[in-house]
Amino acid sequence: MNPLRRFLRVPEARAGVVILAALLAMALSASLFFPGDPQAIAGPALLPPFKDWSLPLGTDRLGRDVLAELFHGARTSLAVGIAAAAAALVIGAIIGTLAGFAGGLIDELLMRTTDAFQTVPSFLLALAFVSVVGPSLGVVVAAIALGAWTGPARVARAEVLSIRERDFVAGARVTGMHPLEIAFREILPNALPPVLALSSVIVAAAILTEAALSFLGLGDPNRVTWGGMIAEGRAVLRTAPFLSIIPGIALVLTVLGVYLAGEGVVETTAVRRSLS
Amino acid sequence: MNRALILLRRRLVGSIFVLLIVVIGTFLLLELAPGDAVDAYIVSTGGDAGMIELLRHRWGLDQSELTRLANYLWALLHLDLGQSVAFSRPIRDVILERLPTTLILMGSATALSFGLGSALGIYAGARPGSFRDRFLSIGSLALYAVPGFWLGLVLIVIFAVDLRWLPIGGIESIASIKTGLGRAADIAVHLVLPVSALGFIYLALYLRMTRAGMAEAWRQDFVLAARARGLSRRRIVFAHVARNALLSLVTMLGLQSAQMLGGSVVIESVFAVPGLGRLAQEAVAARDTPLLLGIILVSAVLVILINLLVDIAYALLDPRVGASETGA
Repeated sequence: MNPLRRFLRVPEARAGVVILAALLAMALSASLFFPGDPQAIAGPALLPPFKDWSLPLGTDRLGRDVLAELFHGARTSLAVGIAAAAAALVIGAIIGTLAGFAGGLIDELLMRTTDAFQTVPSFLLALAFVSVVGPSLGVVVAAIALGAWTGPARVARAEVLSIRERDFVAGARVTGMHPLEIAFREILPNALPPVLALSSVIVAAAILTEAALSFLGLGDPNRVTWGGMIAEGRAVLRTAPFLSIIPGIALVLTVLGVYLAGEGVVETTAVRRSLS
Repeated sequence: MNRALILLRRRLVGSIFVLLIVVIGTFLLLELAPGDAVDAYIVSTGGDAGMIELLRHRWGLDQSELTRLANYLWALLHLDLGQSVAFSRPIRDVILERLPTTLILMGSATALSFGLGSALGIYAGARPGSFRDRFLSIGSLALYAVPGFWLGLVLIVIFAVDLRWLPIGGIESIASIKTGLGRAADIAVHLVLPVSALGFIYLALYLRMTRAGMAEAWRQDFVLAARARGLSRRRIVFAHVARNALLSLVTMLGLQSAQMLGGSVVIESVFAVPGLGRLAQEAVAARDTPLLLGIILVSAVLVILINLLVDIAYALLDPRVGASETGA
């Protein structure tokens, strides 16, 4: 059986894939269904959901279409989540490989730096970074990646430590390959699988961190974000709680989808390992 | 006890080095910030170019980067975090004032998540693959996906707005001049919702970790041996399987402390709890970067201290730790 079929036989994986596919469709079709500015006024203010079918989820305090905002917010959440996780994995893999391969003083220095980054609460670090540099999409991605690369770095280092004593590495040394070339062309690719296994957790955490930053008003002000929508709705929490609750449900489903798909991958690979 | 002391000394040396890296990092962030303390001061008080020049010189801001880093480190050695622009008071005093509230919040949330999470984890892991195991496993995954600040808002809508059972925010009733037990009860009532919002996510984490640890322990030889000796299932679960799973959970307590401190920033903002996290948000709003970096430094020290305590607890609980290091 091919890996994809086996993956889709895990019920968790199926549920996760369905959720993520729906989300991706939302993000990609946002400008198709809701062309124009999602932050433009579309109707009367504070229209409750399911009252007017041209505005199915109602409007917010300023009369903006909640459904349109939800679609456009899916874009920001996915883009930031994936970009920040990718950056964290790349940085982590490089630093972990360098530390594990070089050993000695470089290893000590890099790992104590990793310790330092793990000692500072990553959300506080992101908060400080965004507030110092100024909020924009790229800065938010960098801020989240800044606190997320330590896990991948530790895993990569542990893998590299076990790989660097293998015969093919010794072979590469004998052929006179440059040490950096050995580290990144021979060792790193072999150390990647367990590092990549962290990606679902990191994507999920990145999406949650972005939402929390936007909730505190530190997201990109020119983009709709689910966290920003929740914060917007908070002002009218007593009279129109749906404004905060709807984007929150989207957030929970997204993160759950990422976790479920990740569980599916773990289960699939675990089965394969026990079979071989 | 001797073993724990040796471990403590080794960790302390490492921690000082880690702390130095954190300090250099915060100094770099401070340098990255547009404008300096003088600019921030002038904005709030007003003053001419001569005044700016004078202040820069007096505060040592006209010196080279390295000299300033040295000055910064020297001040930190004297526990001097500088002056808060927003509060016009020493940063150390502002932080120390807010710290206890955050510690109470974190402590209660940890107790809730660790206690309930490990209990439910043992309940689920006692019978792997059973209905309750699958139910709790999926349920905890769903709970783990919930953002704490949103959970806080939902709890406010249900318990404070609709049912009116609990206060909507704050740490104690403003009008109350209660003392002693009355005041403690008042604070406890105010803490129910924030502690739940902060703790429930970690509850899911501890539940999943206990369950995974128990699944691992069930496969070990000592469980087979216990079965062969004819021990009751209840005894095997508690004395052998759960015990081993809980031991690894203790290390998670330390590792999660940094995350929880970060989470409390948003939770304190949702519930208007006047702790360290809310202070961080106020610092951001007032563009008081030195205060924000002071909070980061204090948080790092706090996380290091918590991890030291956890390491000592672990060494005392598990006789295998450190046995080789002491040459015994």
